[in-house]
Order: sequence, then structure tokens, then C-alpha cells
Amino acid sequence: MLSKRIIPCLDVREGKTTKGVKFKNNVDIGDPVAMARFYYEQGADELVFYDITASSDKRAIMIDVVRRTAEAIFIPFSVGGGIRTVDDMRAVLLAGAEKVSVNSAAVKNPEIIRQGAEAFGGQCIVLGMDVKQVEVSERIPSGYEVVINGGRTFMGIDALWWAQEGQRLGAGEICLNSIDADGTKQGYEMRLTSLISANVSIPVIASGGAGTPEHIRAVLAEASADAALIASMTHFGEYTVGGIKDYLHEHGIPARMAW
Amino acid sequence: MIAIIDYKAGNLTSVARAVAHLGHAVEITHDLASIDQAERIIFPGVGAAGTAMANLRELGLDQALGQALRQGKPILGICLGTQIIFSASEEDGGTPCLGLLPGRVRKFPSPLLADGQRLKIPHMGWNRVDFRGAHPVFAGLDPAFAYYFVHSYYPEVEAGAEEIIVGTTVYGFPFTSAVARDNLVAVQFHPEKSGPGGLRILENFCAWRPSC
Repeated sequence: MLSKRIIPCLDVREGKTTKGVKFKNNVDIGDPVAMARFYYEQGADELVFYDITASSDKRAIMIDVVRRTAEAIFIPFSVGGGIRTVDDMRAVLLAGAEKVSVNSAAVKNPEIIRQGAEAFGGQCIVLGMDVKQVEVSERIPSGYEVVINGGRTFMGIDALWWAQEGQRLGAGEICLNSIDADGTKQGYEMRLTSLISANVSIPVIASGGAGTPEHIRAVLAEASADAALIASMTHFGEYTVGGIKDYLHEHGIPARMAW
Repeated sequence: MIAIIDYKAGNLTSVARAVAHLGHAVEITHDLASIDQAERIIFPGVGAAGTAMANLRELGLDQALGQALRQGKPILGICLGTQIIFSASEEDGGTPCLGLLPGRVRKFPSPLLADGQRLKIPHMGWNRVDFRGAHPVFAGLDPAFAYYFVHSYYPEVEAGAEEIIVGTTVYGFPFTSAVARDNLVAVQFHPEKSGPGGLRILENFCAWRPSC
């Protein structure tokens, strides 16, 4: 039986992890490679690096992080943030990432999904979506709208339509982030996750709102998510990946329990 | 030296990194002389069977693989590499493949159901492999280990040749996820992305001395 995946997400700026991540063990908390290794040993099923480097001339630093990570961990990891062209994708994939994630660049230029899928295979193209709940309207029939710029810019695009369009263009997976739930630690956006997951045939990673192992169980079991993205829950040492998996296992969710 | 066969079928650097991490000299190559001199061969790949077969033929690698097999050189197939070792694939409107093992490659049916739930395709993520027999490449693995899969097609071994099946995985139904015959082993999952269990398989392969 296929396991549900637990995927820690690390924000990286100019080659250093951010968010004041703190581990109790002897992990260099500023070093994304050391943190990736730490999560690998903890049993993470996959990792996501989100590059929030603002200046484009410092983006090469991320490629070096990807290369060193690929030498240190032997599970899939993806890189998102600042991927705008097929050349950006190529650089990240050749450096050793398994997948690239496109978000606002795909909203502005959907063809990048098709171009990426044709060049590298759909299995390595993740469509990242930031979504906010809005009034149901003719333009937004699902009541969920695609947003960019951290939720500040509404794009007039229905989230359900965009998920299906992303699949049609060749994306191999969707990472679905609820801006409403993000940072609340009150649980994932269950209705949104369920709606999208039920209406696409590719895997959906739920993102935004995880605060407890029960939130993760709920989104995997009741909202049909294929994977759950986590960040602050484990970054601050409150929970471990292993502990979360024990909880899932005890509650009948298929999880990878040995590594 | 271990040759990783480069036939323009996706990103092969992960396989090379994993093998190098284990301390073995490795070369990503389509050079026939290098492949001839290699001690072992890894035949990986992601992508579509039709393009892959066309590239293999153009580079003369179909012949080189057949020759390496006859010489008794250890060969490890991974993912698409595994699929095109078989006789034919349903992909790309039907693709004749290398025919080094008896069987054909089929697409997961759609809809694919399990307990009334529709399963996602591709089969992407971590799943278990039930290994059978005592093949040295699959020795010392914790039965609870899972392995990383990404695929929409799966090998179906020809009736009567089931003895080559050494591992099966359940996704809607049990399919063949590992095969072995003589000096050839092949897996549908990605050992290079499968954590310590996957590394153990690669390490076993690098030490394997087939007796045939």
C-alpha cells in the first residue's frame, strides 16, 4: 500500500535557512544541508526547499545548496521559489533536485508547465498553488481563488479550474497552500484540499495550517491528501517526523515506518 | 568502474551521486568502449518508452546491453530502464523493447480502485516491496522498508516465466516491482531515492558476483 508522505518545508534565503528554526541536537540551524540531513535521518519522506532569496544575482547560492544536499540525502526533494524559466528548472534538476515547483511564474505563464513537463517529464514538475477563500461568483465558482505575492494579489482565477488546467498542461503533482490557514496552526483547509484532491488524478500535497499530528491525520484521511507539508511543527522541536508517523500509524494511516 | 547508461532519458545524476556516495567509481556514459570496459552497468531512466528505445538504437546501446548481458556482466535496471528490458511496452502506441526478459509493460488501468477509492496515477511515493527468494542484491533489507516509486506503467512477466519475479508491490493490485535472472536485476522503484534501504540495494549490487 502506498504510504502517505510527510514533507518538511525549509525556507532558504541566500543559502541560509530562515524562520529562526531551532533544533535541540547538534544541527547547524542556519545550514539547509545539515537540516536536510537531520530530517532525512528522522524519516522525512521528501523535502521541500523554498528559496526566498530576493536578489536574482544571489540565486546561484541556492544551486550550491541543492548540489550539496543531493550528496547528503537519498530521498526526493524539490525546490521552489524563483523558478521562472526552463533554464531555471534545468539548473535545479541537474544540481540534484528530484522536482521543481512553479507557482506565480506558472500563473503568469502557464506554458512553463508544459515546457517543463516536455523537457524533464511531468513527474518532476510540481504546481504550487496559493489559494484564498472568496465569495462564490461566476468567475470563481468554487469559492477559492488563486493568489500570488503571499496572498496580496488576487488573480481572478478559480483554484479548481487552475488545478485541473495544471494537470492538463502536464504537472505531475500539486502543492496546495491555503493562505487562510497558513501560519494559524489550526489545521489544514479541509474543504479546499478535499475539493481539489477529488477532482484531479495527480497527487495533492496539503500545505498550510498544520499544528498537531491530528491535523495531519485529518487532512490525509478525511480530505484525501496524498502528502502533508509541515514546517513550524517540527522546526521548533515541538514534534518530530518520527513522532508524527507513530501517531499516523496508530490511527491506521499508511506511513513509511522504517528507514 | 560502474557505467551508468546515458540515453537521454532524464536526469541520471542522482543515481551517480548515490553510487559515488557508496565509494565506487562511476561514469555516466553512452560511449560503447567505456561500457565495454565497465565492471558493472546501471541502466536507469525516466520518460517515455518510445523515445528511449529510439535513442538507445541510435546510440547503438541496445546491442551493447545485449552483449554485456551475454558476457555475464552485472546489470541493474531502474524504472524506465527496467521497463524497456522487457519485450514490449504499451506506451507510445506500442513500443517493441529490448526483449532481454520475457514480458510486457502495461499502463495502470483507469480508474484504478482500492477499497472503493480511486487511486492517483502516477503511482508516486513510498511503497513496500515483498521480496521473495534469497537474491544477494536484495539481502539484508528490513521487510518494513519502503521504496520510492514514480511510474504510470508496470512490467507484467510472461506466463510461465514467473520464476524471474523477485519482488511484488501492491497498488490497486499486486504488480511486479523487482525481477532477476542470471546477471541481470531490475527494479521499478528508485533505489537512489529510497533512503537507507535503497542504498543497501545499490551497495549489494556493487558487491554482487553473479554465478552464471
